Parts: sequence; structure tokens; C-alpha cells
Amino acid sequence: MLEVKDLHVTVEGSEILKGLNLTIGPGEVHALMGPNGAGKSTLSAVIAGKDGYEVTSGSITFEGRDVLEMEIEERAQAGLLLGFQYPVEIPGVKNIYLLKAALNAQRAARGEEEIAAPDFMKLVKEKVSFMKMDTSFLQRAVNEGFSGGEKKRNEILQMLVLQPKLAMLDEIDSGLDIDAMRVVADGVNSLRGDDKGILLVTHYQRLLDYIVPDRVHVLVEGRIAKSGDADLARELESRGYDWVVEDSAA
Amino acid sequence: MASQEMEELVRREYKEGFVTDIESDTLPPGLDEDTIAFISKKKGEPQWMLDWRLQAYQQWLKMTTPSWAHLDYPPIDYQAISYYSAPKREEDKPQSLDEVDPKLLETYEKLGIPLHERAALAGVAVDAVFDSVSVTTTFKEKLQEAGVIFCSISEAIQDYPELVQQYLGSVVPQGDNYFAALNSAVFTDGSFVFVPEGVTCPMELSTYFRINAANTGQFERTLIICESQAEVSYLEGCTAPQRDENQLHAAVVELVALDDAKIKYSTVQNWYPGDEDGNGGIYNFVTKRGDCRGERSHISWTQVETGSAITWKYPSCMLRGKDSVGEFYSVAVTNGRQQADTGTKMIHIGEGTRSTIVSKGIAAGRSDQSYRGLVKVGPRAKGARNFTQCDSLLIGDTCGAHTFPYQEIGNSTAKVEHEATTSKIGEDQLFYCQSRGIGEEDAVNMIVNGFCKDVFQELPMEFAVEAEALLNVTLEGAVG
Amino acid sequence: MSDEQRFLDRLAERNAQRGNEPTWVAARRQAGAARFEALGFPHRRVEDWKYTNVRDIARTDFTLAGDAEFSPATAAALTLPVDAHRLTFVDGVFAPALSALGDLPEGVQVLPLSQALADNHEAVGGPLGRLTGVDFSAFAALNTAFMEEGAVVRLAPRTVVDKPIVLQFLSRSGEHQVMSHPRILVEAASSSQATLIEHHVGEAEAANFTNLVEEVILDRGAILTHYKLQEAPIKDSHIASIHVEQARDSRYLSFNLNLGGGLVRNDLVTELNGEGAEAVFNGLFYGQGRQHVDNHTWANHNAPRTFSHENYKGILDDRAHGVFNGKVVVKRDSQQIEADQSNANLLLSDRAEIDTKPELEIYADDVKCAHGATTGQLDEEAVFALRTRGIDEQTARGLLTLAFAGEVMDLVDLDAVSERVELAVAGKLPERFNLAGLVETASALNEE
Repeated sequence: MLEVKDLHVTVEGSEILKGLNLTIGPGEVHALMGPNGAGKSTLSAVIAGKDGYEVTSGSITFEGRDVLEMEIEERAQAGLLLGFQYPVEIPGVKNIYLLKAALNAQRAARGEEEIAAPDFMKLVKEKVSFMKMDTSFLQRAVNEGFSGGEKKRNEILQMLVLQPKLAMLDEIDSGLDIDAMRVVADGVNSLRGDDKGILLVTHYQRLLDYIVPDRVHVLVEGRIAKSGDADLARELESRGYDWVVEDSAA
Repeated sequence: MASQEMEELVRREYKEGFVTDIESDTLPPGLDEDTIAFISKKKGEPQWMLDWRLQAYQQWLKMTTPSWAHLDYPPIDYQAISYYSAPKREEDKPQSLDEVDPKLLETYEKLGIPLHERAALAGVAVDAVFDSVSVTTTFKEKLQEAGVIFCSISEAIQDYPELVQQYLGSVVPQGDNYFAALNSAVFTDGSFVFVPEGVTCPMELSTYFRINAANTGQFERTLIICESQAEVSYLEGCTAPQRDENQLHAAVVELVALDDAKIKYSTVQNWYPGDEDGNGGIYNFVTKRGDCRGERSHISWTQVETGSAITWKYPSCMLRGKDSVGEFYSVAVTNGRQQADTGTKMIHIGEGTRSTIVSKGIAAGRSDQSYRGLVKVGPRAKGARNFTQCDSLLIGDTCGAHTFPYQEIGNSTAKVEHEATTSKIGEDQLFYCQSRGIGEEDAVNMIVNGFCKDVFQELPMEFAVEAEALLNVTLEGAVG
Repeated sequence: MSDEQRFLDRLAERNAQRGNEPTWVAARRQAGAARFEALGFPHRRVEDWKYTNVRDIARTDFTLAGDAEFSPATAAALTLPVDAHRLTFVDGVFAPALSALGDLPEGVQVLPLSQALADNHEAVGGPLGRLTGVDFSAFAALNTAFMEEGAVVRLAPRTVVDKPIVLQFLSRSGEHQVMSHPRILVEAASSSQATLIEHHVGEAEAANFTNLVEEVILDRGAILTHYKLQEAPIKDSHIASIHVEQARDSRYLSFNLNLGGGLVRNDLVTELNGEGAEAVFNGLFYGQGRQHVDNHTWANHNAPRTFSHENYKGILDDRAHGVFNGKVVVKRDSQQIEADQSNANLLLSDRAEIDTKPELEIYADDVKCAHGATTGQLDEEAVFALRTRGIDEQTARGLLTLAFAGEVMDLVDLDAVSERVELAVAGKLPERFNLAGLVETASALNEE
């Protein structure tokens, strides 16, 4: 469903991604790993459409559509959703507003009616309790004054309500204690399905004990240096990244 | 510490009072066209300069003193002021440091004023100040080599008339305000700096020329021009207490920065503030303005103000050039009966212009201090940015500290932030320092210096050390 | 003929029609006229009027309304849906038919000023004009010269009024442009408590001039929540001076909400005269088109241990012009003061303008005072974050604008008021975006 071909991306004049190729099919969970500064976060930011990233060559297609030609919100409406590493605080905008507005925007894009208020409440409450959160949370402003763990849970909550076709989760495990990690992992696992894809961007193997990926890729200096199955992640955990870096240099 | 002790601590007296000396060649009080013609003739000025002065005088006659400032002083009788007095004759000056009041010398010592400057500052005849003259000569040669023009404005009118005609009044027009108009009509002398394209001035100007600024009288006029990619740092004033017989001071300073030019203008002002009842202090009405005419030009004002009975002063930046930058860093200390209404104006005209304002006010005794600042963003100043931080510290319960920040924003892409606080030196802060074994006086100094740190670090190194010392001397008093 | 003279001629006409009135009223009226004549309309060289030009008011020949006729259906549609004790005025004239005072609790008096003056009621003899003297401004003087209608609200000690008291001012469109000079006097005795809603609204095509003076006296421990919801027609001019006097431990909570009016100026002054007195000034102004909204406030700390908190938010679109001037004054020996002041503005258009000046004037050292002013745009990172959730850009901006106003509106206890304001602010959102639905959803969640 997602196809990234020979992607070159420049940020403030320096090239970060140097010919990246990646294909994710329906039902697959991919993990993108790599040392700091390899360009892991750049990939998901470019797919989501963040400003300041210049695609100098290559392409990204999602279900046959040219992602780079789509507006930021169109990407989300098409089912391409990014979970941020550092979710931004939006003072004053209630979570419940955000969820309802986003869900209705997605439905409108598909030509569907707005969701009825009782149905929406039922849906949201179910997801909130799944994430072991309190409903009072919905009345709070988006991420404002949230702890790191709460912010990450909130990202997953949005995923559960919006049910993306492809969820990209950028360092969703950073800053989580083990309990929060389990809740987040349960949330992500519940997103898995035959027609859905997941891209996990992570530095650590730990998360992959809870969300077992189908494919693992190692990103080194802007290119995928090595791909494998879940075992590759374990190997990285015990041996570090250096050997991949050396192999790819050789 | 009991508040009474605190008051004791900040009470201080000016180290050196006024000295009445034999004057010569002094114009009787009064101001009319003849006075101006006399001044112009005395200085051997060309006709265009006289015409310019007379034009200013005509405008001044139609103007009234500004009344919006938070200041209270009796009306000034402009006909009771003498507008010209020739410099003192060498033979009337003290002939060596031995003849100077030892208390004054003690203050210089505390302030860390270099030895070779002390004599000149104390008004000792130039002949006797061997060090200073030789130093001055050495540096003048070095400047010439670099192509930098640095001389008195009177000399510039004679030697570089085309530059003076082009730039004088181009930043502060003759009729800009009441005091600027008066200055334009009767200015006596001041400095002229011209840094040609691509030249970085090889030294901080005026560090070794403080003496030159003495005797320029009460209506000083300064003009500094930096051509493209030129750079200069100019230091005005002196931490040492300055003696002056003239009560009214109305200086004008104009700065012009072309493309990529950078001007840093630092001031330390410590004029006589008057006695305990506020008698006899200097009235200081200054117009200082920098014009960031060129793209990416940069003008920075830094000031430490501890003197004068009345201060009315708003060093400003006209940010015309695209991406130009204006800065204002200020520490103002008032004590006794001093009154200060001071601040800055940042006028954002060009696209991408940025400005920073950091103002620290310390009010003690029965003084009254106001910060007055304007940040204006015009419709073409896309993406303009300003940040203002403005803090006041009150020492004692008989002083006043006020904040009047104006924001006039006419552009939706502008981002302007203003923060201000007013507080006193906390008993708990003092206690904390004291419980670590620091004496009361040192603790107050430490806290006050900490409060001013953001500004001091903008001063040239040598000046910064003196400024800190000055603050300590200012707050010096009887502890216990 | 000078502009001032035209207003004085109108006054002479009106005075000729007047019956007998107490001599003290006539004397005040004369003093007001004399002061107005001496001051003249303020010009922009006066610091307090630097950013606001009242020429359009001065040059218009306003008449005085002769009756209070108004379509009951229109009035009903304009009335806030809130269970209240209500007095309604049409172009300044009391409209008994549209008013609904209901049963006032014991110890509470709410009556039209005309009645209080006719009865020479003790409530008006002393206090009227004590706080807002004729020297305050030319407009206050003009109001005093014309004063005849308005409202008197009096609370006996320890009286608590549960339902809000609504003073509704309707502006009517008609052949003549009319002016009104309403006068409101609130006296809350010790430990009394009430909510006052002042609602200015009218017919869309109206182009009238309201010149309001309001005096509020809070005795020891009295608490007043004061909503001023100003949604006057877009061509109306609205000038208001509100003076509050606060005794020990009293609390004044103000919501100054300005959505309407072409030329709007509010002066809000509180005198914190007793220890423990607290004032909270909340404000919101939203300007569109060529609206001009000017808010001047003063918190005068005249006694030790008094507190003031101020938070004003401005949103300006199109060619609207906003002015904020907040002043905190701490008198000598008023120690242990806490005062803070904040003004944040959002410029939505390149031709909108804001002039803001938060001032501190402090003569005591044991104070904690802080103020801040910011002007900026919506946070682009927040816009991006919302878009990554599929919300289109325009809606994202609308949501964030609403959130910006929310900081003030969240403090409003009365749903009728907050919903009115939220919907007005959200008026810029695209139609297909069902904001009302959202607000509903949120309140439903609250109720559970």
C-alpha cells in the first residue's frame, strides 16, 4: 500500500535521506531502526508532509496516489496517520473537539455522513477505557500539561478512533515506563489487521518485544542498509548498530 | 536585614560636588539668532551650517516641551542659560594630580579607571597628562591606516563637509522634538565617526578618548556612519563621576548603518544627580536614534545610567533594511531624588526585522523611574519579531518604578512579546546569601549585579568591569 | 456651529420638555453641560485617546428617542435565554412591556433610574456621580448633562440574588440616528452577592450612539459578577465608563466581552480601597470589518493587601483596530500587593492593527506585579498537528482561534453567555464544520 522509491530528502541544505526504498503491504508491521541521526524521523515527517523537508528526487505513493502531491490533511483523510515523537501542546483545544473534528473530516472525505453524537460518544469512551485513560481527559486541552506517557497514550487514542490504514509511529516508546509501554503496545496491536499497515520507527528493540514486526529495516546514513525479520532486531540489541554500519560501508 | 539598614545601605552621596572655576570668553545668558550666529562664527563654520542651525531655531520657537513623560521639574528658562563658553585655559586647571581632591582619586581607584586616564578625567591640564596624549596619538595613527575617520564634529564640518551635509539630521531631523531642535540650533561639539565600506574598526572607539568628550559642553552632537559591511563599537561616557557646570544637557546622537553594517553604541552615564533634596543635578534630555538603512544591518544600544537629576532618553532603532536587527540593553539606577523616564523605540519598517529589548531598572531612595518603550510594526514589516523583557527592582518604600510599554502592531505576521516584573530584593534571597557567609553589602551587590547580568554581558569587557564596580559604589553605604 | 454646541442644543431642547425635577439633579445636569463644553470631545493628542478617534460621533447629529416601541418577536429573539430579573431599554428609553423583573428576593431593589429620580429615592441622592464625576471625561460629563434613564440596583446586607439581573439595551434602526446616555448605579451592601448581566444588542441596521456611565459600590465582603456582553449592531457607537469602588474583602469579577459595535470604547476603573479586596478583569474583543475596539482599564491599589488580576484577549480580522491600555497603580504604603496583567492578541489579517500598552505605576516596594503583552499569529505547529489528523487548514485555524478565546471563556459560568460568544467567534469557521455539534458534545460529556 505504501511505496517509497529512491527517496532523497534535504533539510536546510544537507541531504538526510539518500535514496531510500521501502514497501509496506497490507497487514504488515515494519520496524525502521537505526542509530541516532540516521534519518529515521525524517522519513515519517516527509510522509506526513511537515514543512522544511525538501524532496529532491524519488517518490512516495500510497494506494497508488502520489503522496507528495497531497495536502497534509488529505494524507490523514486517506488513512495515513503519523504518531509524533514529541506531540505538540495545543492550549485550549479540547481533545474531544480534535477527535470529533478529525473523525468527521475523514468521513466527509469518504463521502459519509457526520457521525451521530451518541455513536461518537460510545466509540470514544470505549477507546478511552481501552487505553486505561479517564474520560475527564477528553475535556482537557490537547497534550497541554500532559506527562510524556500521557502524550503518547493520546497519540494512540487518536489512532484507535481514526483507524488509519497506515499508522506511522515515531519513537512511540521513548520516555515510557513499562506499564505505559504495555498499554501503548496493546493499543498498537489492536490496530493490526489484514488491510492495515504499521510502520514503527524506533531506536530500541524493547518495543519490538511487545509489537512483533514482520520486517525490520536498519537505516544507516540515509539508506536502508539491512532488512530482515524480527530476529534482526534481536541481533541489533545484542550487537549494536556498528556492524551494520561497517557492513554497509564495505 | 531591617529595612532601615537597607536604606542606610543605599544612601550615598555624590563623591564630588560642583567646582566653580574662572571662566573666560563666555557668552551672556540668552538665546536668539545672534547667539547662534556667534556660536557658528566662533567655530568658523561655513554658511550652510549656520543656515541649518537657524532653520532648527525657527522650528524650535514653534514647539513646546513634551509633557507626556513621568517627570516633575520646574519649567526651564531657556533665556537664563549661557549657550557658549570656551574651554578652560590650561593655566586655570590643576597642574598635577596632587592638586586634585583625594576623594575623587579614591573613587577612580575603586572604579578601576586606568592610571593614565585619571589625570585627564580629573581635569588636569593636558600638558601634564603625558601618558594619555601619547596613547591617543598612537591610536589615531592606527585608525588612519584603516581608513576610519574619527574626529570632533567641528573638525568634520571643516574637513568632511560633504559627509556631514549628507548625514547630519538624516536620522534625527532638526524639528524631531523640542530638545533635538534646540540641540540642532546651538550644538557645541561632539564626535564624528565614519567607517568606510568593508572596514572593521580596529579598536573600540573612545576607550582612550574619553577626554576628548570632556568640555564638549551641554549640547553634544554625535554622528556615526558605517558603510556596507563596516563595523564599529563606540563607547560614550565614563563611569567616573563627571563634573559639569551646565545643568541642562540636550545631546543628539545619530547612527547610520548601511548593508551588513554593525554599530554597537555603549554608554555609561554618571552625571551629578543633585544633593539629597534634588538641588543642582543635571537635566539630561537626550535624543539617540539609529537608522538601520541597509539590509541585515545591526544597531545595538547598551547603556548603564546612574547619574543626572532628570533623565529623558529613548535610544531608538529605525529598522528599515530587510532583516535588520535592533537591540537595546539598559540598566538604570536612580537614588535620592532622581527621576528617570527612559526606554527605547523599535520601529519595524522592513521585512524580517528583529529587535530585542532588555531593560533593568533599580529604584532606591525617593527616586522615581519609568520605562517607556514603543514597539511599532508597520504593514510592510512581514515576519517582524520583538522580544521585550523589562524588570524593576525597588529598594525601600519611598521610591517608584513604572512601566509604560507601547505596542503598535499593524502586521499579522509579526510576533511581539513583552514581559515585565516588579519586585523587591527578597529577604529570603538576602538571608540565603548571608547564611552562606556573605556580608549584607556584598549580598545586595551580588543580587543587584545578578539582576543586571543580562545587560552587563552586552558591554565591552573593560566597560563591564567598570560598570559592576560603579553599581557597587552606587549602593555603597553604612552597613550596621 | 461647533460639534459640542450641537449636542448642547439638543440638551436645551430636551430640558425645555422636562417637568419639575429635584434641584440637585438640575444642578448636576448643568455642571455636566459646563464641563462638557469646557473639555470638548477628546482628540488624539490626549494620551488616553491616542489611538481612538471619536470624530464620527462628534459630527453626527443624534436625536433622543421618544418612545420604546420594539417588535416583541425581535426582542425575544435577541434576549439571552437565561432565567433572570430583567429590565429592558430601547434606545435608552425604559420599556416596561419588554421587561420581566419577576419576584425579587427581599432586600433587593431593581428599578429604572427615571423612577428613582422621580421619587427622589435615597439610593440616588448621594452616590450618583460620586465615582464618575464630570471631570473623568467629556463623555462622562455629557452623560451627566443628559442623565435621565438607566437602572438602580440595590442589595441589602447579606442578600444573595440567585438569578442574574439582566439589563438589556436594545438599539433600534430607524429614520433618525439616536443617542442615549444610560446611567447604572449598583450598590451592594456588606456580604451581599449578585450577578449582573449588561447586554447590548439590537437591529442589524441600527446606527445609534450609546454613552453609558456605570457606578458600582461594593461594601465589605460584597461579591459582584459583572458580565458586559456587548454585541451592538455593527454601525453603533458605544462608549462606556465603569467605575467600581471596593471596600474590604469585596470581590469584583468582570467579563468585558465585546463582539459588536463599530466604534467601541470601554473605560473600566476599580478603586481597591479596603484590605483583602480583589478585582478580576477578564476581557475578550473580536473585531472584524472596520470595527474599532478600545479597552482602557485601571486597577488602583489604594490599600495594602489588595489584589488584581487581568486577562484580556483580542482577536482582530480584516481591517479591525484594537486598543488595550491596562494600568495598575500601586499607591505609596500599599504594601503586599499582588497584581498581574496580561494581554494577548491574535492578528488574523494583514490590515488589522493592535495597539497595546500594559502599564505599571508602582510606589511601594513590597509588591508582586507582573504584566505581559503578546501579539502574534496562530501556532503553525499546532495547525500542522491538526492537519495531520485530517482536519482541513481553515477548520484548524478556526479551532485554534476558538481555543485562543477559550482561555477567557472557560471562566464564564453562564452557558447562555459562553455559548453566544463561542458561536460568534466560531462564525468564521466553514459552514460544513459543525461547531455547535462539538460544543454540544462537550457539554453532554460534562453532564455525565
